[in-house]
Amino acid sequence: MNHVIELTGVARSYDGAGPPALGPLDLTVAEGEALAVTGPSGSGKSTLLNLVAGLDRPTGGTVTVAGTRIDGLSEHALARFRRERIGMVFQFFNLLDDLTVTDNIQLPAQLTGTARRTAATRAGELMELLGIERHARAYPGRLSGGERQRVAVARALVNRPALLLADEPTGALDSASGQDVRELLVDLHRSGQTVVLVTHDLALAEACATRTIRLVDGQLALDSRTEALR
Amino acid sequence: MSSPISRVVRSGVGRRRVQTVVIAVAVMMAVASAVVAWALLVAVNAPFDHAFARQHGAHLTVQFDPDQVGAEQLDAAGKLAGVTASGGPYPTTTIRGLDQEGRRTPTLTLAGRSSPGGEVDRLDLQSGRWAEQPGELVLATSFAGPAFELGSTLRVPDAAGSPTLTVVGLALSASRTADAWVTPGQLTALASADHPVTTQWLYRLDAAGTKEQLAAARERLAAAVPPGALLGAQSYLDTKRAADQGAAPTIPFLVAFGALGLAMSVIIVGSVVSGAVGTSLRRIGILKAVGFTPGEVVRAYLAQALIPAAAGIVLGVLLGNLLALPLLADTEQAYGAASLAVAWWVDLLVPAVALLVVGIAALVPALRAGRLRTVEAIAVGRAPRTGRGQWAHRAFGRLPLPRAVTYGLAVPFAHPVRAVAMLLAVVFGTVTATFAVGLTSSMGAITKAQDRESLAAVSVFSGAAHGPGTPAPGQLVSAAADPAKVRAAVEANAGTASFYGRAFAEVTVAGIPGAAQAVLYQGDSASGAPELISGQWLTGPGQVVVPTRFLERTGSRIGDSVRVTQEGDTRTLRIVGELFDTSNDGTRLHADQADFPKAGPVAFLVTLKPGVRAADYAEQVAAVVRPLGGEAIANQPSERGNLVLVLQAMATLLTLMLVSVAGLGVLNSVVLDTRERVRDLGICKSLGMSPSQTVVLVLTSVAGIGLFGGVLGVPAGFALHSYVLPVMGHSVGTNLPSSVLEVYQAPQLALLVAAGIAIALLGALLPAGWAAKTPAATALRAE
Repeated sequence: MNHVIELTGVARSYDGAGPPALGPLDLTVAEGEALAVTGPSGSGKSTLLNLVAGLDRPTGGTVTVAGTRIDGLSEHALARFRRERIGMVFQFFNLLDDLTVTDNIQLPAQLTGTARRTAATRAGELMELLGIERHARAYPGRLSGGERQRVAVARALVNRPALLLADEPTGALDSASGQDVRELLVDLHRSGQTVVLVTHDLALAEACATRTIRLVDGQLALDSRTEALR
Repeated sequence: MSSPISRVVRSGVGRRRVQTVVIAVAVMMAVASAVVAWALLVAVNAPFDHAFARQHGAHLTVQFDPDQVGAEQLDAAGKLAGVTASGGPYPTTTIRGLDQEGRRTPTLTLAGRSSPGGEVDRLDLQSGRWAEQPGELVLATSFAGPAFELGSTLRVPDAAGSPTLTVVGLALSASRTADAWVTPGQLTALASADHPVTTQWLYRLDAAGTKEQLAAARERLAAAVPPGALLGAQSYLDTKRAADQGAAPTIPFLVAFGALGLAMSVIIVGSVVSGAVGTSLRRIGILKAVGFTPGEVVRAYLAQALIPAAAGIVLGVLLGNLLALPLLADTEQAYGAASLAVAWWVDLLVPAVALLVVGIAALVPALRAGRLRTVEAIAVGRAPRTGRGQWAHRAFGRLPLPRAVTYGLAVPFAHPVRAVAMLLAVVFGTVTATFAVGLTSSMGAITKAQDRESLAAVSVFSGAAHGPGTPAPGQLVSAAADPAKVRAAVEANAGTASFYGRAFAEVTVAGIPGAAQAVLYQGDSASGAPELISGQWLTGPGQVVVPTRFLERTGSRIGDSVRVTQEGDTRTLRIVGELFDTSNDGTRLHADQADFPKAGPVAFLVTLKPGVRAADYAEQVAAVVRPLGGEAIANQPSERGNLVLVLQAMATLLTLMLVSVAGLGVLNSVVLDTRERVRDLGICKSLGMSPSQTVVLVLTSVAGIGLFGGVLGVPAGFALHSYVLPVMGHSVGTNLPSSVLEVYQAPQLALLVAAGIAIALLGALLPAGWAAKTPAATALRAE
């Protein structure tokens, strides 16, 4: 089985004297798996996501994602890694207000140096797939929360990432929009996309994930795969 | 200030460290440059006044005939109404001496004084000591030079026994009451029948502001002594006019720099404080929500600007005083009379004006902060940005350039006011740089224009040369060697490519009172011709080329004729050209020597064939002409004059300071922008924007402004140069030749446009680095 994520003894401390915000933690995620990370506030969910995305560095252990050990990479190499291997969806969408929907979606492709036409074609495909093609020239500020999150998902997928990371993707949405995004993530997983999902929303975790882990105080309190084996 | 406000101010000043530092440094630079500019302006604007006041200078220097008026009458004249102090009687006469090399000096006015002090005209003994016994002489500093220094001797052949005087001191008289001083006993011995002793009295008056007041005082003095006893009177206003002329050209230049500095500081401070308010809307909203009144918010934001500004002002005054010292020393060297300290009122006025300017610049945005509605302020901090600049992103996004570049190019359009402030900072920086480059080039061109002689590799004299270079006009008057033989020696040397002869002569010109100086040329003198402003150089006898002031004083134009007389020979010469020559009060004329054959050439200026070393040539020719009484020397470019050095030093210093302030303005704007865009940058980084792409984005966001600022600033600097230089020229009574005015080359202008980009990029470099280093996770948390 190919592992997209391999964490070995990973720890992250923000204060040298106190206990680590996360870990030490061992975790693997297989290709095609949909993992939901749950836990109370401050349990280390977002820290885990940031470490996997290469947005943050562990204070201990190793992080290997899509075959690349990223904990020792330079900032430049990490940026290249992110743009080529990772797609990210945030709770508050994190779209650039100054750019149109199309420009937002194309941005990661353009950062990799993808040809303009290729990036535009790929963005068009994704907008059509996600049902937002009519908003192609609109600005994010004019869209509903659900539509904005669809734009964010399209942007995350534009470079065909090995791993899609979603941080509370329905946390800022009303229930109808939340349901919409939930179905979208399910569809993506069914199409073979490896997904790691951080959420408080157990219904979302249940609907989208093939495996759920629960963090408490930075430690792995529950792993549904292990539980199932028992 | 109540405790909660002081805590808010402290936290505001501490939290926005970059802006605090930018305000402090920008104000410091602006204040320092203002102090330097004003100190120099004061020093060079009134060097005469300073020295005159310090020395209790004489408003009137009066010569009486001792045979016609007695000591008692002169004492009584000193007590006339309106006379506040008097000095005298000092015996005076005039002499013409011979220096150690046997050359005649110009006519010197000699006064007999037993000490340099007194009620009036307290002389500054700048080196050596006062004359204490016969045979000793104190010379005015204006005559000091290689020919006359401490220990030099001067023989007076016209006096009985041809006494020799030794220079024992150099003194400065602001009132210019004499050219040299000896003991009173010595003076009487130096007088001759042609140059009898007269009695000098120096007067200070209670009303001496105008020519009319001085004329009235002169009349009162004349009436107090027998008719004809008052031989002549010199007004301090004439002396002042001549003294101030040296400083006059610096005034337009300093005013230009002062105005640039002031405009720059207003822009920077206004933009910094506006930015501080603009990026603190949410904080302002929260302050109001917890109970701060609008007045307290205004006071808090005003104080946040004034505290660092006050620190900047104090540091700026200190820095300005330190920087002004060496420049004032240069100025003192140039004018001999400036004070070495910054005028006290400059140290008070500049900080007061700076505080007022900063206060007004800060008050406007602080009032805006006070007026903001609480809910609105909090909402503005959270809501998505308005649509400003979206069109720019759309437009630039279409360009076939990397995304980081097109994104950066569109950034300034989201904050047009901030972008304009940044643009103005770059424009003023570029104007300053362009003006300074032009000014420095012009100064170089003036030095070159005034040193045409050094274009000739070798000078061969029919009289002995003194010191390096060629002798000063009018000083080399002995002609020991036969000019024809010297000329033959030059012609005979195989290294000679071309040469021309030159002589100086005293002439009189119809329309110009007193004597004027003529430079007379023999042969093809075009290679050594001074810079022409208009017209043409001499092509033969019957022509004359004159400076601007000559034209003004004689009311003539090119094409007109003037009558010139030299030793009884009168010629009518046609003016064929106007040239750049400020020597001899701008009245020195240049003519063909064939018109005045009595003035034989005393120097031959030689251009050498390629490959001939000037020193070798000079040695060869000297070997031939020295036995005849002549001399040959290889020429070296003359050193730049003091005024040129002072101006160039000032231009460099003020430019560096103002360009730094411009860079700080850009730095501040980019810091504000980067702070506001930290979330956007975090998003871009989370999507894979690399640190180098982030740097490119931030730098590109200012590059367009830098380019535009350069494109606007260079023509403005060019225009400022084109305006100020002629004004500087007119202040010394001359037009300027094209070599002085047209100093910019196209590649240089292109580089100056690039300087605009450089100012912008350098200002943005630090925040670009910070933006690149900020971890994406931290940036995203800034949401």
